[in-house]
Amino acid sequence: MSDTALHIPNGIIGIPTSLGFGLAAVLAVAACVAAARRGLDDRLVPLAGLATAFIFAAQMLNFPIAAGVSGHLVGGALAAALLGPWLGVLCLTVVVAVQALLFADGGVTALGLNIVNMAVISTVAAWAVIALALKVLPRTRAGLTAAVFAGSVVSVVAASAGFLLQFALGGEPIGQSFAAIAAALLGTHVLIGVGEAAISAAAVTAVALTRPDLVHALNGGRLDQPGDGLAKETA
Amino acid sequence: MRGGDGLHRPGDTPLHRLAPQVKLVALAAFTFAVVATPREAVWAFGGCAAALLALFALARIPPKWIAARSLVEAPFALLALAFPFLAGGETVEWAGIALSVEGLWAGWNLLAKATLGVWAALLLAATTPVADLLAGLSRLRCPEILLQITAFAVRYAHLTAAEVAQMRRARLARCDDPRFLWQAGALARSLGVVFIRSYERGERVWQAMAARGYTGRLPIDVAPAGAGPGQWSAAMTAPALAAGLAVWAAVGA
Repeated sequence: MSDTALHIPNGIIGIPTSLGFGLAAVLAVAACVAAARRGLDDRLVPLAGLATAFIFAAQMLNFPIAAGVSGHLVGGALAAALLGPWLGVLCLTVVVAVQALLFADGGVTALGLNIVNMAVISTVAAWAVIALALKVLPRTRAGLTAAVFAGSVVSVVAASAGFLLQFALGGEPIGQSFAAIAAALLGTHVLIGVGEAAISAAAVTAVALTRPDLVHALNGGRLDQPGDGLAKETA
Repeated sequence: MRGGDGLHRPGDTPLHRLAPQVKLVALAAFTFAVVATPREAVWAFGGCAAALLALFALARIPPKWIAARSLVEAPFALLALAFPFLAGGETVEWAGIALSVEGLWAGWNLLAKATLGVWAALLLAATTPVADLLAGLSRLRCPEILLQITAFAVRYAHLTAAEVAQMRRARLARCDDPRFLWQAGALARSLGVVFIRSYERGERVWQAMAARGYTGRLPIDVAPAGAGPGQWSAAMTAPALAAGLAVWAAVGA
């Protein structure tokens, strides 16, 4: 089990759909640049750069899932909880683009698809769930852990659902029914999501215990506070 | 990340000397042409593969290196190999096993297009240093802010990666060897520590930059140089060949 399976290569999704999602990715990233810059001004570049370097390092870390099976983080929920949706989307966009251009991981024609799934959908879905859960749950250690856990599972499953949508719109024929692919893909991603969730929740809680001001989800950070803008994007 | 320099292999071949923006456009054009090729045109994919292999030879990149780096698509190669057994419809008999014709074509389609895409991207990554790549993207009007974030991320990635490796070594030295997910607490906490360190380093770096007069604009490491028509026409040979093969195959089919 590894996250490379999430980077769509060339030749799975047709060109019109790829270009359409490429345009969607450009618009979403442009909106995130504008929103992140409003909160950070000239601190944006160094902070986002270091946060991105952190996501790279986090993806390097292999964690065990069961004996002999290990996986590594995608980082959407981690980025959403720690950095907030705007900065989180930016960091993961850079990660996905660097992996495609520098490491040939993920197709060049599928860059827009991968950015939409792994950067935009996964981060925004995680942020929405975490923000909602923290409204309902107590703002304690257990509450934060549960919120980030739920957000991580939803983010991974939502990213794979994004792929399914793209595949339904413009997938190359592979001779299997869409329902069979959907069931298999969503099933495995619930499992991947639980692994991702356990690590992300423990990591975010560890940060919250020492530097709560750095956890964006707790509203204690000095970063941009997403309010009405988020409601628009997740609606 | 596996090192701050990506997969760059220093060298002085015509491909290394080509302007980065030209190579980026050629890569995008080539992969789009490959993806647009109808899957029944096996010979067209062969032609594209031959063109790429010739370019690898020109850039002095050993086949062993390409093979090792192509492993990133291994999960998809396995998926492609599974299609003939999973797909339904008409079947052919091969060595006593019934294989689905539709599944064979689907597997071939994925394998051929993904492999050619990975090879083309590897060719760019191997012949272009990261700084040049960013300069090339800047020539192509990629938003400056994203390039600056990327430059920072690539510059500091080796540091954060080293911190993660150092913490892993410290955990192993203390006999931490998690085998199941519920034992991975120490690993997750060390990730939290790396985040705090990265963020604090970001703040220090910003303060240092602000002290030197930074106001939000940053010069990119390498001044992006323009490319003449000679460079463009040379670089577009392979994409033009791929596009020609795609059109030929589509019209012929």
